[in-house]
Amino acid sequence: MAKVKYIAGKEPHAKEHRMIFKNVDREGWDVSLKTYEKEGGYKQLAKALKMEPKAVQDEVKAAGLRGRGGAGFPTGVKWGFVPPNNTKPVYLICNADESEPGTFKDRYIIHQDPHQLIEGLIISAYAVGAHLAYIYIREEFPEGAKILEAAIEEARKKKYIGKNVLGSGFELEVYVHRGAGAYICGEETGLIESLEGKRPYPRIKPPYFPAAMGLYLCPTIVNNVESLCHVKHIIDMGATAYGKLGTPRNTGTRILCVSGDVQRPGYYEIQVGKVTMGELINDMCGGMKKGRKLKAVIPGGSSSKILRADEKFTLKKGDKDVVIGLKDIPMDFDSLMACGSMAGSGGVIVLDDSRAISWVLNNLNTFYAHESCGQCTPCREGSAWMKKITDRIVSGNASPEDVDTLESVAYNIDGKTICAFGEACSWPTEAMVAKFRDELIGDTDGKNANRPVSKETQQAAKNLKTLNT
Amino acid sequence: MALEVPADLEKEIDERITHYPESLRSAVLPLLHLMQEHFGYISEDAVVWVAEKLELEPIRVLEVVTFYPGFRQKQVGKHHIRVCRTLSCAMAGSAELMDEFCKKTGIDRSSVSHHDPIAVSEDGKYSIEFAECLAGCGTGPVCMVNDDFHELVGAEKMEEILKNCD
Repeated sequence: MAKVKYIAGKEPHAKEHRMIFKNVDREGWDVSLKTYEKEGGYKQLAKALKMEPKAVQDEVKAAGLRGRGGAGFPTGVKWGFVPPNNTKPVYLICNADESEPGTFKDRYIIHQDPHQLIEGLIISAYAVGAHLAYIYIREEFPEGAKILEAAIEEARKKKYIGKNVLGSGFELEVYVHRGAGAYICGEETGLIESLEGKRPYPRIKPPYFPAAMGLYLCPTIVNNVESLCHVKHIIDMGATAYGKLGTPRNTGTRILCVSGDVQRPGYYEIQVGKVTMGELINDMCGGMKKGRKLKAVIPGGSSSKILRADEKFTLKKGDKDVVIGLKDIPMDFDSLMACGSMAGSGGVIVLDDSRAISWVLNNLNTFYAHESCGQCTPCREGSAWMKKITDRIVSGNASPEDVDTLESVAYNIDGKTICAFGEACSWPTEAMVAKFRDELIGDTDGKNANRPVSKETQQAAKNLKTLNT
Repeated sequence: MALEVPADLEKEIDERITHYPESLRSAVLPLLHLMQEHFGYISEDAVVWVAEKLELEPIRVLEVVTFYPGFRQKQVGKHHIRVCRTLSCAMAGSAELMDEFCKKTGIDRSSVSHHDPIAVSEDGKYSIEFAECLAGCGTGPVCMVNDDFHELVGAEKMEEILKNCD
């Protein structure tokens, strides 16, 4: 195969491993089917159609693919949740509602390599036995929706989609469904409600997976854009070769989206766990901006818990515990979880020492207050309270006890709502208060400290009073 | 006054409905998008029209319109600007970008609120609102003008964007 050339200035970093993003910002590449076919496009579909659907599922399971949307749940296992004696239609939905702040990978796949997604989607539909698939795309990608619709039309003409896919007898129809600007539609049951034409209120669990009961109360599989693309490559390479990419239990590649205070923000596709946070920030992203120091990192989309630059983490290495710093954390699902945060959607937001935590937290709290669907009281009221309190802190009108109230509101949302938005909106507050309590208290007015507060806050307020007088 | 839906729009609407063989109701969002694209916003008449088309009570359509930030119930400017407000873009200066846009277009945002987030210029040429994360975090600040996406919008780029609106 000819060597891949990239647009000047967009060449991959040496530590990258381009697979999903092989064609992103590539010279001479376009979204047409012709270009995609020239590089062996839809060959994997033909290969998969010769396998039994169950064999495709097993391959994906054996490859160890974990969902790239946020939760990191094994894709093949999720597929297996369709009840074995099911007689209802099965639906496949591609979650292209990319809206987790800090994440922008799906944008590139959809806008620059739509056929890769569609091929992965068709293979996955075949594997789970779906004959109708929807791509639920966020409203803010109007051009992306048009590109996908044109690509689907091209694929339909070539019989990759339709009544008899490539003469195999497998039938599949694919449609694009546009959202309307609501973050909650990224939650899979909220997405399904939205696709049913309703307000996207997430559904009560159990059933935990829409594979049991989803769209129109039929078994439904919801997969992220990047996850579906990986399926194509698993069929291409085989589970064993794919499983050698990355690290055990954290296989394959994944796209990290870096934003914030680094020299070169952008997307970086790495083998999962083969690059550390330090390598990502210092080597790949060119380090911090001139004269600035690293303060903290939000490692997996805005909902993930913040990590301090000077924090120490204990990871298991075999039977032994090893203590490492932020820069030594391998960028994979399990390591980031062991560090008390998560790999989430792959959105890495880097903060330098010029950023005030109160300002950062207030920005995120404003987001969550706006995006809470309002179904559960703790989240609807709590997310707005958290915003109001950080509004006060940012404007200098808060009292030290407000920091305690803020923390208690967060813990009264976490775990008390129908969907994971409750955790998503409370984790930033929980982590930032726990790790930057002094700084937050420092932004309050010590003279307002007139009520018994927690021991930590009392101490910090005392220090503040001493400072003020 | 009943809503006048031109024949070609209705044809497109009828085609869209076929994408949902299992449920007419599923076509609520796509139909509202088509309405908004054509009329610029979703009027009460449009709500009733969509409801009748899909054999639903109008409230089933209205509750969707009022929930999603992507649907609006008032006319916007000819060029509708959405500036990303969320963290990465804010760090890259999206608040300043918003101020500059308002200054250059003469838009007064003092009356915007959670339920009425859009401000329109007096001549109706421009309207603006803050949007939550537009998924362009690596190239902030980003904005959209109607359906077009713009990244790394500094002062110069902003001038260029506005010039292209003329």
